[in-house]
Amino acid sequence: MEKGEPIIKVEGLKKKFGDRWVLNGVNLEIYKGETFVIMGGSGCGKSTLLRHLTGAIKPDEGKVYLFGKDIATLNEDEMDAIRKKFGMAFQSAALFDSLNVGDNVSLPLREHTKLGKSVVDIMVKMKLELVGLRGFEALMPSQLSGGMKKRVGIARAVAMDPEIVFYDEPTAGLDPIVTAVMDKLILDLSKTLSVTSVVVTHDMNSVFRIADRVLMLYEGKVAEIGTREEIRKSKNPFVQQFVSGSPDGPIRFFQQKDDYLESLTK
Amino acid sequence: MVFIESIGGVVVGTVTHIVKVTTLLVETVFWALVGPFKGKFPKIRAIYDQMVFSGLQSFVITFFVAFFTGIVIAMQSAYQLGKLGATIYVAAMVSVSMARELGPVLTALVVAGRVGAAITAELGSMKVSEQIEALQTMALNPIRYLVVPRFLALIVMLPCLTILSDLIGIGGGYLVGVFNLGLNPDRYIDFSFQFMVWKDVYTGLIKSFVFAMIISLIGCYMGLNTRGGAEGVGRATTLSVVTSFILIILFDCILTGIFYFSNM
Repeated sequence: MEKGEPIIKVEGLKKKFGDRWVLNGVNLEIYKGETFVIMGGSGCGKSTLLRHLTGAIKPDEGKVYLFGKDIATLNEDEMDAIRKKFGMAFQSAALFDSLNVGDNVSLPLREHTKLGKSVVDIMVKMKLELVGLRGFEALMPSQLSGGMKKRVGIARAVAMDPEIVFYDEPTAGLDPIVTAVMDKLILDLSKTLSVTSVVVTHDMNSVFRIADRVLMLYEGKVAEIGTREEIRKSKNPFVQQFVSGSPDGPIRFFQQKDDYLESLTK
Repeated sequence: MVFIESIGGVVVGTVTHIVKVTTLLVETVFWALVGPFKGKFPKIRAIYDQMVFSGLQSFVITFFVAFFTGIVIAMQSAYQLGKLGATIYVAAMVSVSMARELGPVLTALVVAGRVGAAITAELGSMKVSEQIEALQTMALNPIRYLVVPRFLALIVMLPCLTILSDLIGIGGGYLVGVFNLGLNPDRYIDFSFQFMVWKDVYTGLIKSFVFAMIISLIGCYMGLNTRGGAEGVGRATTLSVVTSFILIILFDCILTGIFYFSNM
């Protein structure tokens, strides 16, 4: 893996929702061309971390650098210039209900480029071909299945030929075969478009299929960061429990038994 | 102590909302007026669609409300004026009260219920399904794409609807005056417009212009700040309509006061 200047860098990131520190001092560096997976249990802050990377949320403390720039210091126009260089595939796909599939994918092209209609049409066909949905241009999002929506969301995310693509839970709620197809899709896109991919997931099969490097998040902190082999062989009990999917371990799911009786009778 | 605290909380909350809605107004006006000079034109197609939805398709409901209101004012004022033997003044009563007050206010209330609710529900669903965030991530400003077309469409269409509503109300009064009270049709029309001065019309239109800003801004503000899934969308929609209603009546009172005391 070639190193150099990281394309994404996070320093001491902290975020508080109410009284709870959702992110409590996260540091990470992501390099050009790699597929970086952020994994962790539900509610550990991984989606919040992703939304900091896209600039959708501002950090309470710490800094987020995209393409070497501290995004907190940028004005709207400068931030828009950065936004055009990355794409985001949302967990719920977030397709625009009022636009058909073709218009959803072509929206950023029509708005940000001066390309003619025929060129845009060809690019939409190419992007939909990448996700295996060529010929579905005229359908409305409400006519698609969940997996198809997510694929259209990915086609839209890569419409502008971005340098980074963020995926939020690309395989959540999909059957094992579609999950495998999605993983292959992410890998293919990384290769054919040579983009940097940042994937948030809690699906261990996906992690070991696609990741170059993995970050495990637990209670707002980085529990472990390393290549997928390092994660697989990790001695860290948190990581071990998560990888093996065991109900018993240091990650507590149930509350302590001691105060159970007390809370019942209170 | 708790009492004072809760009052303080309400005041702080209200002030925060006022500041945020004002900010939204400033940003909307910025994108509508300054945007074109930076080469970022509002979407003509989106404005057209919104004008059809908020203007043209509101016509039927506006028609019925204005028509029946015209009939009601004619009957109610005939009941009073008949005692004075001045039944012909029903015409002036209907036309002036429609133009000054009932045309703008009733149209605004109807449109707030129909269009304001639709705006909040649509933007609210987009918010809870991450579509607003998706727009932002694509470097497309939600205010420019969603708020500006709705704002411009309403500030054009609501005054238009108000003019129509004034005329329809006068038509409703005409039916009562001519067919029930037996007034001369030509004299009825004469009296309708003889007593209605230019000021009656333009103060009504200024009101409807302000109401259009209230409906579109409150609708968009509530929509863009929706939280908590389907239930949140329902709550935001209710809140949007209720807030618009109260603000329309409040600003009607303020504007009428200004026009009354300033002799405009």
